[in-house]
Amino acid sequence: MSVAAISHPDTLIGEPMREKLAGFARTLRDNGFKIGLAETRDALSVLAGPRGTRAATLKSALRALFCATHSDWERFDEIFDAYWQGRHMRQARMLASAPRGGQARARRLGDAGPQQGETGLPDRTERRSDGESDMAGDGRGRREGASSAENLATVDMRHIVDPADVARTHALAARLARVMRARLVRREQVRRRGRRLDLRRTIHRNVSHGGTLVDLAWRRRKLKPLRLVLLLDASGSMSMYTAFFVRFLHGVVDAFREAEAFVFHTRLAHVSASLRDRDVARAVDKLSLMAQGIGGGTRIGESLATFNRWHARRVINSRTAVMIVSDGYDTGEAEKLGEEMRRLRRRCRRIVWLNPLIGWRDYTPAARGMQAALPYVDLFAPAHNLASLAALEPYLARI
Amino acid sequence: MTEPRDSNVTLDRDHISDRLAAAGYIADRDIATALWLMDFLKRPLLLEGEAGVGKTEVAKALAAVHGAELIRLQCYEGLDQNAALYEWNYQRQLLAIKTREGIGENADAIEEHIFSERYLLERPLLAAIRREKRPVLLIDEVDRADEEFEAFLLELLSDFQVSIPELGTIKATAIPRVVLTSNGTRELSDALRRRCLYHYVDFPEVDREAKIILTRTPGIDTALALQVARMVAAVRKEDLRKVPGVAETLDWAATLAGLGVHDLRQEPEAVHETMLCLLKTHEDRARLTREVSDRLLGKVA
Repeated sequence: MSVAAISHPDTLIGEPMREKLAGFARTLRDNGFKIGLAETRDALSVLAGPRGTRAATLKSALRALFCATHSDWERFDEIFDAYWQGRHMRQARMLASAPRGGQARARRLGDAGPQQGETGLPDRTERRSDGESDMAGDGRGRREGASSAENLATVDMRHIVDPADVARTHALAARLARVMRARLVRREQVRRRGRRLDLRRTIHRNVSHGGTLVDLAWRRRKLKPLRLVLLLDASGSMSMYTAFFVRFLHGVVDAFREAEAFVFHTRLAHVSASLRDRDVARAVDKLSLMAQGIGGGTRIGESLATFNRWHARRVINSRTAVMIVSDGYDTGEAEKLGEEMRRLRRRCRRIVWLNPLIGWRDYTPAARGMQAALPYVDLFAPAHNLASLAALEPYLARI
Repeated sequence: MTEPRDSNVTLDRDHISDRLAAAGYIADRDIATALWLMDFLKRPLLLEGEAGVGKTEVAKALAAVHGAELIRLQCYEGLDQNAALYEWNYQRQLLAIKTREGIGENADAIEEHIFSERYLLERPLLAAIRREKRPVLLIDEVDRADEEFEAFLLELLSDFQVSIPELGTIKATAIPRVVLTSNGTRELSDALRRRCLYHYVDFPEVDREAKIILTRTPGIDTALALQVARMVAAVRKEDLRKVPGVAETLDWAATLAGLGVHDLRQEPEAVHETMLCLLKTHEDRARLTREVSDRLLGKVA
């Protein structure tokens, strides 16, 4: 923002000060703070106000004004101290020596998690229209590919090697994700039926009947769509399936109004933001890179613990289904996995565990981790090909 | 502080911190500034923080500071305008229709009559904008309400007027001081965040918590209050499902004081047994065994 933009009627504030403040706002904005003109103007009036000259007041006042989230709050002091070291604000330096109490730091909301909300999720309507145009764009191609797609749907993903086939598999996965969402929404509308009387409207309508309730008005219960949280295992043992599921993840996050995606191998990463990239190929590439395990095995239990502790409260509500895609080969302790599964179970509505290995002949869930997790899983299903994924749709719609 | 208070008067920041102290609220340094800024910039204040850190207390303290009425709206999933804004008194309306019909009034007149002020039930939001004196409006746990409600709230907070189809537009007589709290169960919209001043309420530091215990628990001595505060701070660092809040601390302090405990070190048994004031789930209870509580005690006392 230019200095002129925050010209203020109050002439008490000199030009250098105004400049300095504008610079501070710019610094904060560069650090991901969402600061508009209104905030800067308000900051100026604080500065011109009765307490503006006191460093102690100024710092906390600007903090209250410029911060919008907890992560802003955490970083503000540092940025403030770093910026106001100049000649205009000598007292600020003294303040810097008083850090806030460090206890209970680890407990704070989203502290260790990735910066939430910082990345600025694209507007929902925007996203949806984008999805629609996408669909319209490849609508023709879809019809063309139908017969061979059916073929592909039943082939184990491990055996799809031809690049063209791979591309088509991915397109199919994205479409599937969209179809799942579309059906869910339609179903919800069919269910709309009056449950409760709308008294206000009823009385309005029946004044002319002398208050005898002849013509009843009903209130409809608005059903909310299902929220889907996906946890994808990207460890070495899953590598043959990862690329495919990343594509599926993208489709789901794109199509569902409420969906969150996480990828884990030895650690857990929140990837919804990178999946919302408009450029599908770029998003998938980016994520495939992130998903590449560095070796060292899978820590499903620990990743789930991270999820439970830092993300679950924000992303899970009573209408949430959690979908875990993993082969269940855990190099951590099985007890830990069982414990975390139990915690997760209490929070969400359903847990679906998709295991590509079920598709293999003679598979029994013998892995210790899998054994520990199974009691808390509502649906344990194969996910080695597209048909098995499609078979999930009626189940999800019933949740 | 016995001087008469007019809630319509804006206060100086130092006055606010004085009055906060007088109201028995042990404030951290920043909150007084935030409360002053609310008046100075005429923006609502959004408080975030874990459950039990005393977000609601801030609103109560603010009401006490200004000598204002506290109007509270508790949000929940599915909260709609009928529950938040206004509702018609249907029983009385039906009765009125019947009696007026008896004396032969026509339908239009009846309708006019029954949709008048007399039959209107105020809900918190409407109540807040129709007071003579500026009240404090506490919108508690706004993250529990739906996104639609949040949008509606945003509109109300910028215009301070509501329109009731049957009555017309009602403008605020006095702009309420608005405090919103959120536990972070859902991300709030950027628009709402931008509209508000922000304050993150953390668990109080040991000293401040000890002061809170001292003011709120009659008959407790300073040494014990400090021990309790330290102990609670240590418990909060453990990996618990439900971290004890300030209210739990106060319960515990009151229990210990009631039992006549004067030094936590002397009575580790009583400490362990009464810790159920702090731990609210079976899991946490199982985790904090006697060994753990003794270890914590050894560290803090």
